[in-house]
Amino acid sequence: MKPDSVIIELSPEFSVGAKQALQNTQLRRNMGKATQTIRAKRATVVGELPNWESLRDAGERIKAETMAHLDVYIERLEKNIQAAGGTVHWASTAAQANEIVTKLIQATKSKHIIKVKSLTTDEIRLNEALEAAGITPIETDLAELIIQLAHEKSSHILVPAIHKNRSEIRELFQKAMHLPDLTDEPKELAAAARTFLREKFMTVKVATSGANFAIAETGSVCVVESEGNGRMCLTLPDVLITVMGIEKILPRWEDLGVFMQLLPRSSTGERMNPYTSIWTGVHPGDGPQEFHIVLLDNGRTQVLGDSVGRQTLHCIRCSACINICPVYERTGGHAYGSVYPGPIGAILTPQLVGTEHAASLPYASSLCGACYDVCPVKINIPEVLVHLRGRVVREKHSHVSGWLDPESIGMSGLGQVFGNRMAYEGAQTMGKLAQWLFVHDGYIENGPGPLGAWTAMRDLQAIPDQTFRQWWRERNEHDDHA
Amino acid sequence: MTTTRNQVLADIRAATARGERPGHQTHSFATDLQAEAALSPSALVHMFAERVSEYKAWVGYSTSAGLSEAIGERLALYGTRYVVPADFPADLVQQLPCVRDEQLSHADIASADGVVSLSALGIAQTGSIVLDAGVGQGRRVLTLLPDYHLCVVYAASIVLTVPEAFERLRASIQERRAPLTFISGPSATSDIELNRVEGVHGPRRLEVIIVDAPGR
Amino acid sequence: MTIALFITCFNDTLFPNTGKAVVTILERLGHQVAFPEEQTCCGQMHFNTGYQSEALPLIKRFVRVFSEYECIVSPSASCVGMVRDMYQYAAEVAKDKGLAAEVKALAPRVYELSELLVNKLGLVDVGAYYPHRVTYHPTCHSIRGIRVGDAPEQLLRAVRGIDYVPLPAAEECCGFGGTFAIKNADTSMAMLSDKMRNITGTRAEVCVAADNSCLMHIGGALHRQRTGVKIAHLAEVLASGEQA
Ligand code: SF4
Repeated sequence: MKPDSVIIELSPEFSVGAKQALQNTQLRRNMGKATQTIRAKRATVVGELPNWESLRDAGERIKAETMAHLDVYIERLEKNIQAAGGTVHWASTAAQANEIVTKLIQATKSKHIIKVKSLTTDEIRLNEALEAAGITPIETDLAELIIQLAHEKSSHILVPAIHKNRSEIRELFQKAMHLPDLTDEPKELAAAARTFLREKFMTVKVATSGANFAIAETGSVCVVESEGNGRMCLTLPDVLITVMGIEKILPRWEDLGVFMQLLPRSSTGERMNPYTSIWTGVHPGDGPQEFHIVLLDNGRTQVLGDSVGRQTLHCIRCSACINICPVYERTGGHAYGSVYPGPIGAILTPQLVGTEHAASLPYASSLCGACYDVCPVKINIPEVLVHLRGRVVREKHSHVSGWLDPESIGMSGLGQVFGNRMAYEGAQTMGKLAQWLFVHDGYIENGPGPLGAWTAMRDLQAIPDQTFRQWWRERNEHDDHA
Repeated sequence: MTTTRNQVLADIRAATARGERPGHQTHSFATDLQAEAALSPSALVHMFAERVSEYKAWVGYSTSAGLSEAIGERLALYGTRYVVPADFPADLVQQLPCVRDEQLSHADIASADGVVSLSALGIAQTGSIVLDAGVGQGRRVLTLLPDYHLCVVYAASIVLTVPEAFERLRASIQERRAPLTFISGPSATSDIELNRVEGVHGPRRLEVIIVDAPGR
Repeated sequence: MTIALFITCFNDTLFPNTGKAVVTILERLGHQVAFPEEQTCCGQMHFNTGYQSEALPLIKRFVRVFSEYECIVSPSASCVGMVRDMYQYAAEVAKDKGLAAEVKALAPRVYELSELLVNKLGLVDVGAYYPHRVTYHPTCHSIRGIRVGDAPEQLLRAVRGIDYVPLPAAEECCGFGGTFAIKNADTSMAMLSDKMRNITGTRAEVCVAADNSCLMHIGGALHRQRTGVKIAHLAEVLASGEQA
């Protein structure tokens, strides 16, 4: 089934967005500082655990086994949630999920909902669907609040306002909360958000959330957070609606013990995040007395069906790959045009919406492999990127016109050349001859055609007079004569 | 709705049938992990205390006999009206300015100067406290709305690692279907330039009294 | 021992001195070098850009040309990575069981130069003399791809006369990434400028690496900005002899 194409913000090519971002020096400074900070924190707390590599192995194996038997575990989860007093809903598409959530809220007659930060609800664009139905969603996570007030889009899955510095945040709060004397002291900014949201927590009767994990064996759902807005949304309202991608399931209770070691250290670089809530259906006399969970596919089963791409579903959204990525560090998140930026976005987005809608994303990487090294569940992101590039080219070549772009012509020409020794050696000679016009002192400073992209910013070393093989032959001839 | 359910399940089955299917596991890979070397009881408590305080939470010690007094000392610092869970041990509250949570409204709880609770266990390696709605812990909202949380952790309930904690908590889930809250320091955010700032929506001040620590 | 040299199309054409240096080192150590002249390209550029069906004949060609050799060396970590990590995948995608079996047998016999010297031959000192201030950039494919670890640094530290200065933030990508440098030229350049700043900060005369592709990218910018810092492949440093 085709997922609704809800993820892409009809973005231009990655390189276009990247270029814009690179020109914003304030953004580059903010991003550089933020990513350096978080990398150092992560490295310290990861280094503290002597069995980190075996933990990663365990994480990978648990996820692989879950995916292989997802049908079994998802039915088990459903049964156990129902037994604990929760209601389970299923959605193949974003539209179905939005409709389910909207109807559930309408049944409560509430005109507002409080929201725990959730990528899955961003992915399905729940807020837009609710607003269209006359329901006001209130983001309660500090960063989400910041970007909601700035009318911007998230640029990081964990710290959506990572691109904003404290003085930019102060200005936003001063205006929106009518606090002209607010300083840019982070403590004061946090306190302003506390007062602003407290009244909403105490009065709004319906909340929505995502889920970090759900345990099939017990029917428990887990939300990991820092600020306490999650605990507020999960305990104060009468009705709780959770939207969860089907890949978030863990088979057994003790599996969660593995991921609660991997996730906080990988994401915020802490030994443990401030708050983790785990609930199992409805708890009489404690928290919401009505609990719904929407199990969302929205393209995930397509990913599941691809033997190389499947590992993408192991992702626990820790954002370690994003923080370590040298490309993301320079471009920020918006260039990826998706709610999922960085390396994980470069592999997840094209798989969810189809490579034809996000063909430049698998190329938004130098394949440096830093993401693979830090991923707590060992997703081989470079491998998946290369795999998806193969898909992009195959799709391009499914139309005759796709064979006619300069890259395809060049690649197939070079393929011919490398396929034949004579042609290869001939091309080496040709190259030497063709370059003379451009060479200056052993370097090309202003190359023609595609070389222009190279020489715009760096010189290109010229082809020397003698190739290695010519030297080798000459030497052997001498030896033979000697 | 059933049709969507069947559709999703059918899509999952179609997708997993294509790949090779490793054998169905009956045990968790989690149990394959090597257990960490045990610490002496006093080293364990020491690590817990140190790591809790690294989150900028105050940590103190007491004996069982002196607990009521130890709590009283802390409460005297911040206010005059505190809340405690409905089943908070009677001998502890008698001398203290505490109201039991007998159907208190959210507004009542929020306006208290703080909350005192017991806990299910502590995790030394991460400096975490776990509440599982057991005796003296109350409903979740009680330890959430007040701006100050004083939490009592018995030294004997402290474990070294996260997996050990999960092993112990299995019973709370399976026998009582308890809601769980893991608390690691006071509420915090790292959303402003990725620096941790204590105090957003949950209690901005967290204090921990460790009871009957060996060697103290 | 006879060691077959896979020079790579890139070095063959653009960096012949690297190949000569490998020959010098191995012969100095008493080994025989073979150079099968039918070799061309490992197919990495095609494969990593998504042109999998164009890469396949090149992969088959490599396997055919080199399968008779017991030990194969290449002065390119990224091409070695292609053979060791991606050939298997390529054979699977092509559903070619025969190729998969051949790759499985061949891939473990393909070594990057520093791996061959340190891990297989157990050498750190290869008798080199290089009286220059040198810094070393560990390329992504050498440390995170084929995981040569600190083998290149061990070799460099054992070179006589060398003034070896570690590179700050060494493990960060230089921004080359094959066709990435063209497709995402601006981002590539932003990554390169940070790398450059770190290199010039060491005040090294020469920046060394185990991949000429990254070096060409780095060297192109060092040259454009008239920094005076030169580039050299690890093999060239190791090949230079006493008072050469
Ligand atoms: S891909 Fe790995 S590192 Fe990246 S967010 Fe997902 S789990 Fe974290």
